Amino acid sequence: MTFEILLSLLAATVQAGTPVLYATLGEILTEKGGVLNLGVEGMMLVGALAGFLVALHTGSPILAFAAAGLAGGALAAVHGVVCLWFLGNQTVSGLALTIFGAGLAGFFGTPYIGRAAPGFDKLALPGLGDIPLLGPIFFQQDALVYLSYLLPVALWWFFRSTRWGLAVRAVGESPAASRAAGLNVAACRWAALLGGGVLVGCGGGYLSLAYTHLWTNGLSAGRGWIAVALVIFAFWRPSRAMIGAYLFGGVMAFQLRLQAMGTALPSSILLMLPYVLTIAALAFSSWRSRRLAAPAALGVTLEPSE
Amino acid sequence: MPAFRAVRRQEPLGWGSCLVFVTAVLLALAVGGLLLAVQGKPALAGLWLLLQSAFGSGFALEDCLIKAAPIFLCSVGVGLTFRLQIWNIGAEGQFALGAIGATWAALTFPDWPWYVLLPCMLVCASLAGALWGGIAAALRLKLRANEIIVTLMLNYVGILLLDFLVYGVWKDPGSFGFPMTREFSPAAVVGRIGDTRLNWGLGLCLAIGAIITVFLRSTRLGYELRACGENARVARYARLPYNGLVVMVMAVSGALAGWAGFLEASATLGRLQPSIMAGYGYTAIVVAWLADLSPLRIAVASFLLAGLRVGMETLQLDLQVPAAFGGILEGCVLLAVLAAGFFSRYRLQFRRQA
Repeated sequence: MTFEILLSLLAATVQAGTPVLYATLGEILTEKGGVLNLGVEGMMLVGALAGFLVALHTGSPILAFAAAGLAGGALAAVHGVVCLWFLGNQTVSGLALTIFGAGLAGFFGTPYIGRAAPGFDKLALPGLGDIPLLGPIFFQQDALVYLSYLLPVALWWFFRSTRWGLAVRAVGESPAASRAAGLNVAACRWAALLGGGVLVGCGGGYLSLAYTHLWTNGLSAGRGWIAVALVIFAFWRPSRAMIGAYLFGGVMAFQLRLQAMGTALPSSILLMLPYVLTIAALAFSSWRSRRLAAPAALGVTLEPSE
Repeated sequence: MPAFRAVRRQEPLGWGSCLVFVTAVLLALAVGGLLLAVQGKPALAGLWLLLQSAFGSGFALEDCLIKAAPIFLCSVGVGLTFRLQIWNIGAEGQFALGAIGATWAALTFPDWPWYVLLPCMLVCASLAGALWGGIAAALRLKLRANEIIVTLMLNYVGILLLDFLVYGVWKDPGSFGFPMTREFSPAAVVGRIGDTRLNWGLGLCLAIGAIITVFLRSTRLGYELRACGENARVARYARLPYNGLVVMVMAVSGALAGWAGFLEASATLGRLQPSIMAGYGYTAIVVAWLADLSPLRIAVASFLLAGLRVGMETLQLDLQVPAAFGGILEGCVLLAVLAAGFFSRYRLQFRRQA
């Protein structure tokens, strides 16, 4: 393998990992607040479609990206109504949300299959883009990739050093103690859920606005579920989420390259790679840490009288 | 301060929860109608057409029963795992594996008589489906890997495996390039019941429903299953065989989904092709939850959701509504029923103004 091919493979790795990174960070935020949201796949699909439609009709990628985030947040709000207001089962609600979201995206997206929309193009950063090795890999990407570099740092700082971040963590660990300390537990959970939903929607938006620039049904292809698995792989830490996301980006990019080069391996076998890797990574990380550093109150429904 | 607060009910709501359930379904239909209207289709007429073409004729009812069988088999299986608080979301992949297993037998031994070949296909389908469920159970017990994600990922792997086979080694040379296997020999096709379009798979469903009901109500293992489901930790203290139950239930669940795949390949299609993956495995999750995991109610819910699929086919043809509309309704019904469950568990107590 020549050097240029390796460089372009690594650059493609970063790009393929970015939507998963957004979604994983979003789910980390949600779960840190104690809410389990398995609707990630559906939220990504709805985000991808909302972004695509707004880009198609307004021509503005920035508006489109915002719309993708809002759509993800709106679907997260449905989860909130079911689980935080009406105390429904969080696992089942998340599954229902995925079925609902995939349905919505298919319903409104079907007339647009195969259509292309404007989106984010590659934009080499002046100076940084010229650094040998690192430049072509990390700094000759689109604006959304650069934004995604800042997010893990921002999230890490948020959880570590801000009042709001500490409140979200406290609510995810011990709702009762948080309430005793005067926190509004419900408000904190809502905030974490909605904030996470916006990030997941942005991840979906990345798929249609920067990754493909066009709409197909089932665009997310399981990336939402991979993100849920990566949250566990990352032990709920934003920094490790980055490692996990790029690991997957690497496998996806590698698998696409092999297909393009016309290997003897059938494409369906290559397409299995990311899913098999997800299982392997999940099994490995679960085995590595006996106590999974999950927020203690994750998925716990709060009684109204508490 | 809100004007009311929720108080947990001391006694169950009884018939009221039926009312709550119906309200939830109506709410979901209202959302569906609204979405139709947004797309400029006639909302009320569309919903009426959906219901009428699903349940309005004998022909349609036959269709409902044909589609209900695979949903029922998958759903009874995942319902068993849900009782243990084990989340098998992998019926879709186990269905694919079952179809693959049955097809392997049908293609390898086409000359066997039906009374040997069909049982052989059934066994192969069970083994393949049980293997797919068993992997998730083993990873969960040995490595504590989350079974929701493992079973989901195995769905994708299973479907791709099916693609690999029908696009590759099993492709019929005479299919003009279409991804499908050779047609099964007549001995490998499940027979029809009398003059109807129904097949004996329906009898299989009835038998399974009866067996599972008796198993849960009247056997020791069934009792243990119910007890472990209430509380895994208590079950461990009581020395109930929790780990063994997890493996058994996941394997049985996988085998049942595998049977659904076998029926679809043999009775409905007569060969293996990618269109066999119609999302029954995901619908099964909705059904199991709507039916509160009871086999009898699962049968009713399978029939209703099969009707939704049948009605959707007409809606697709007559009103050009995308097939995904069915998914929206499924998701909506489940979300609404989940939320409505609140009212059967709690009552609202109004505060006096101080």
